[in-house]
Amino acid sequence: MIEIENLGKRFGAIQAVDGITLKVAKGEVLGFLGPNGAGKSTTMKMIACFLAPSAGTARVCGFDVVDHPIEVKRRLGYLPEGAPAYPDMTPLGFLKFCAELRGFSGADRMKRIARAAELTQLSGVLQQPIDTLSKGFKRRVGLAQALLHDPAVLILDEPTDGLDPNQKHDVRNLIRAMAPEKAIVISTHILEEVDAVCARAVIIANGRLVADGTPAEFEARSRHHNAVSLVLPAAHAASVATAIRAQAQVAAVEQVDAGGGQARLTALPKKGQDIAATLRDMIADKNWPVTEFHIERGRMDEVFRAITTGANGHA
Amino acid sequence: MRETLAVFKREFAAYFATPLAYVFIVIFLALAGAMTFFIGNFFGRGQADLEPFFAWHPWLYLFLVPAVAMRLWAEERKTGTIELLLTLPVSLAGAVIGKYLAAWVFAGVALALTFPLWITVNYLGSPDNGAIVAGYAGSFVLAGAYLAIGICVSALTRNQVIAFVVSCAACFLFAVSGTPVVLNFFSGWAPILLVDTVASFSFMTHFQAITRGVIDARDAVFFGSLIALCLYANVVIVEWKKGG
Repeated sequence: MIEIENLGKRFGAIQAVDGITLKVAKGEVLGFLGPNGAGKSTTMKMIACFLAPSAGTARVCGFDVVDHPIEVKRRLGYLPEGAPAYPDMTPLGFLKFCAELRGFSGADRMKRIARAAELTQLSGVLQQPIDTLSKGFKRRVGLAQALLHDPAVLILDEPTDGLDPNQKHDVRNLIRAMAPEKAIVISTHILEEVDAVCARAVIIANGRLVADGTPAEFEARSRHHNAVSLVLPAAHAASVATAIRAQAQVAAVEQVDAGGGQARLTALPKKGQDIAATLRDMIADKNWPVTEFHIERGRMDEVFRAITTGANGHA
Repeated sequence: MRETLAVFKREFAAYFATPLAYVFIVIFLALAGAMTFFIGNFFGRGQADLEPFFAWHPWLYLFLVPAVAMRLWAEERKTGTIELLLTLPVSLAGAVIGKYLAAWVFAGVALALTFPLWITVNYLGSPDNGAIVAGYAGSFVLAGAYLAIGICVSALTRNQVIAFVVSCAACFLFAVSGTPVVLNFFSGWAPILLVDTVASFSFMTHFQAITRGVIDARDAVFFGSLIALCLYANVVIVEWKKGG
C-alpha cells in the first residue's frame, strides 16, 4: 500500500534522504530504525505530503504524493514527531476539528471521536486543555487524531516516546491489533519495540537504506545469535570455560560476575554453528553444577551499532 | 470549502480561547474612544459625524492589527502544529484563506463593537449615515489590508514578536507611502513614474477617499488586489519555509 521509489530530499547542501526504495504491504508493520538525523522523520514527512521530495516519489494506496497529495492525506493517518497539537484546545475540540477537516459531521463525527478516544484511552481527559496534559496523554491525543478516519495507512513517528511502560504496552497492543487491516510504518529508537510489534524492519543511516529484514534476521546477524549462557558457582567457572573453549564450534567464551558467588559464562558460537546440544551433553557428562542455561537469540542493539556505524565508514 | 470553514472556525475560536481577544477588543475600544473624544475633539467640533473617529483608524490599526495577525503562522511553526495541519486533507490555499478570514472577521467584530458611537451621533444630531457606512466599510477593508501584510510576515518566522515588529514596520511604510517620509527617499533620483507608483500605494490616500463617502472602484481594486497578492505570497512563503 506504500510504495517508495528512489525517494530523496536535499536541504541546501545536506542530503537528508538519499534514494530510498521500499514497499509496505497491507498487514505489515514496518519499523524504521536509525540514528538521530538519519532521515527517518524526513522520509515520513515526505510520505505524509508535508515535505515535497527533491527526487523520486512515493505512492500511498496508488496515489502519488506529489500529484495527488489530498487523496494521499485522506487515506493516511500521520502522527508527526513530538505529537504536536494545539495547546489551547481540549482533546475533544481538537479531535472535532480534525474530524471536521476530514469531512465527518454530526453523529458520525462523535462516534468516530468516541472510538478513537476509547482506543487510545483518552476518555477521562477529553475536556482538559491539551496544554495541561502529561506527555503520555499528549502523545495519545496525536495518536487518536491519526486513527479518527480508520485510515488504510498509518505513519507513526515515535509513537511510544514519552509513554510509561504500561502505556507503551497498550500502544503496542493497539498497533498489533490494527496491523492485519492496515499498512503501518513506525519509527523508533527502542529496539525491543521492533521485536514487539514489527514484522519487518529497515535501518536507515545517512539517508540511505542500509538493511531490510525481519527482527529474527537481524538477530541472526548478531555475534550473540545462538550463544549459550550458563550460570554456575564462580569456583568452577575457570575450568568450565577452558573446557568449552576447547570445543571446535566455539568462537569465544566471555565471563562476567553474576553476583552471590555465581559467574555467568557466555559461549559464542562460530558462524552458523549450533553449540547448545554440545554444551548440554557436556554439562550432563561432566556433572557441572549449572543453575541456569539460556540460548540467546541475538542482540538487536549490537547489530544496529554494527550496521549504522559501518555506514558511516568506521567499520 | 468545507476544510476552509473548519480552519476558519478553529482559528476564530482560538482568539477567544486565550485572553487575547478580550484584551484586544477592550484596548481597541478604549483607544478608539480616547482618540475620537480627546484628540479628535468629537464634541468641540459641533458636527454630527464620525470623521474624528475614522481618521485615527490607520494609526490605531498600525500596531493593533499586527498583534492579531502575528500568531497565525508563527505559532503553528513554533509548536509544530503546522505539520499536523498541512498533513490533514486541506489545501495550503484553503488553510491560508481560513486563517485570514478568521482574523479579519475577528477585527470586524472589534470594529462592530464601536456601534455606541454611531448611536451617539444619531442621538445628538442627524449625521449622513451613508458616509458612516462607507467609513465602516473603509475601516474594515483597511484592517483587511493590514492583516494580509501581517499574515504574510507571520509565515516568515516562528517568533511572534519578530512577526509583530516587522508587520508594524511594513504596515507603517504602506500607511505613509504617500507622505514625504517615504517619498523624499525616492524623489530626486527615481523617475517620476516610480515616485507616483509608490505614492499610489498609500493606504492613507485610499482610506480617506472611502471614508469621505466616495467608494471608488480604484480604491476597491487597490485593496482587493493587495489582499489577494499578500495571500498568494503567504502560500508561497509557507511552502518555502516548511522544511526549515
